[in-house]
Amino acid sequence: MTTAANKLQSERGDIVHAAARNGGNSLDVEKIRADFPILRQRIHGKSLVYLDNAATSQKPQVVLDRIQRYYTQENANIHRGVHFLSELATKAHDEARRTVQSFLNAGRTEEIIFVRGTTEAINLVAQTYGRTHVGAGDEVLITGMEHHSNIVPWQILCEEKGARLRVAPIDDRGELLLDEFEKLLGPQTKIVAVTHVSNALGTVTPIARMIEMAHRRNIPVLVDGAQAVPHLKVDVEALDCDFYAFSGHKLYGPTGIGILFGKTALLDAMPPYQAGGDMISSVTFEKTIYNKLPFKFEAGTPDIAGAIALGTAITYLNEVGIDKVAAHEHDLLEYATERVSAIPGVRLVGTAKEKAGVLSFVMGDIHPHDIGTILDQEGIAIRTGHHCSQPVMHRFNIPATARASFAMYNTREEVDVLVRGIEKVRKVFA
Amino acid sequence: MSDLRDLYQDVILEHSKAPRNFREMAAANHKAEGFNPLCGDRFTVYLDLDGDSIRDIAFQGSGCAISKASASMMTQILKGKTREQAEALFERFHDLVTGQKNAARVNAPELGKLAVFSGVSEFPVRVKCATLAWHTLHAALEGKQEAVSTE
Repeated sequence: MTTAANKLQSERGDIVHAAARNGGNSLDVEKIRADFPILRQRIHGKSLVYLDNAATSQKPQVVLDRIQRYYTQENANIHRGVHFLSELATKAHDEARRTVQSFLNAGRTEEIIFVRGTTEAINLVAQTYGRTHVGAGDEVLITGMEHHSNIVPWQILCEEKGARLRVAPIDDRGELLLDEFEKLLGPQTKIVAVTHVSNALGTVTPIARMIEMAHRRNIPVLVDGAQAVPHLKVDVEALDCDFYAFSGHKLYGPTGIGILFGKTALLDAMPPYQAGGDMISSVTFEKTIYNKLPFKFEAGTPDIAGAIALGTAITYLNEVGIDKVAAHEHDLLEYATERVSAIPGVRLVGTAKEKAGVLSFVMGDIHPHDIGTILDQEGIAIRTGHHCSQPVMHRFNIPATARASFAMYNTREEVDVLVRGIEKVRKVFA
Repeated sequence: MSDLRDLYQDVILEHSKAPRNFREMAAANHKAEGFNPLCGDRFTVYLDLDGDSIRDIAFQGSGCAISKASASMMTQILKGKTREQAEALFERFHDLVTGQKNAARVNAPELGKLAVFSGVSEFPVRVKCATLAWHTLHAALEGKQEAVSTE
């Protein structure tokens, strides 16, 4: 490209994305970007730089096509009809469950419950397992870096039961104090609910050791995996976790669909969450016999298209390779950490040794909301605010942060655009 | 494309860096707390009312440049005004930042320096920032006990 053409292009705000730099085993990011139609958009006349992936990721064309195909060629209610389309839809829905099962390396498809998202999965466990196992004087243990959705359902439960919500503290880098966590595990602890990756700080928690500590005391563990599944390989069997929750929409799938994994023995013993069609095996006015797993927890017509499209998203991610994705995102995060922290006046929030996908920062007196507006004018989408993690903000004594979060389609060039955007913020507020 | 400079005018930046009447007021006979749960902005507005007239007004809290500058300039313009004048100004200001087309009202001379907030209308998500202090003022005048929220 000639210099003049180069200049013209940069004036239009186009970005030339170089290939990833992870050596021979690297991602073909250009090819991946071509799979995501939304990335071709221009925002305020600039190329979209989408760095709000921790809020929700974009969707590849195959996922969009799958939803379209379902509604144009396969739509029917599942588990109900003897007709062709109903069988087709049921088969596709079952197949999606198997895809999720193998994605998480769960032992059985019965252990995979389709829900609306991580929030519903946690509420389900709090309202079923929680309500039957947590009583007056008991304790529920969480950590100081939970999302509101892994705090409030337990708070409601504790209030109702006269139980106590305990919180394992974190240090100034945003790492869990594992010793303190262990000290809080006691005979009163009835369940542990912890995040795998913090949405506000990016910290990867030592989940395997936490589970081991809890299990030594026979305490079950729920893992909030919303921010983990897009960035690292999750194996629920190896982790031996009792419940694992995640959302499809952060995993390149549609909104409105998510997963609760639960161990069969626990799920079997739990009362149903919602009542309705599909979760029953027989109903008379005197007595209802509940359906077997996983249907016991799937009352009503589910989001069939969403489940099927989530399966497609997982297959897409598998084909790209989660290890390659993880390596690419790790490279991006390191590069962004180095470049952004070098900007005068910028302070990173969340500097744990093990991090995934998230770069949270503050800029002196400049409010994150103002940072967000100025970056938006450059076509850069980041999240600003408390990230539904107000206790984390209190811990660091800040009202909010600006958060850039990465996905497989992001590039170093986009990080450069972010850095130039932050420089612009400094200029406006100089 | 809306221009950033329309939003972040010098007067606004200056007020956000050095807000006026930014203090707690022990003698306040009216006060209210307001917050924007989406971004975590939180302000307390203090009033010392002499009958219907605002003898003194101050605010404290934390927020973005727009919300802080708006609170600062609000306290400046309202000192000495009556309750009725304050509510009327809130209405004009609201029209201004939401881009109401009624030019006669938006160009109301009584808005004075507050006209610098006209750029906010190009940034709809920031309207809540600009009006937070005013909503809080309204609650303080009404003597409401509960914190007001922009949601």
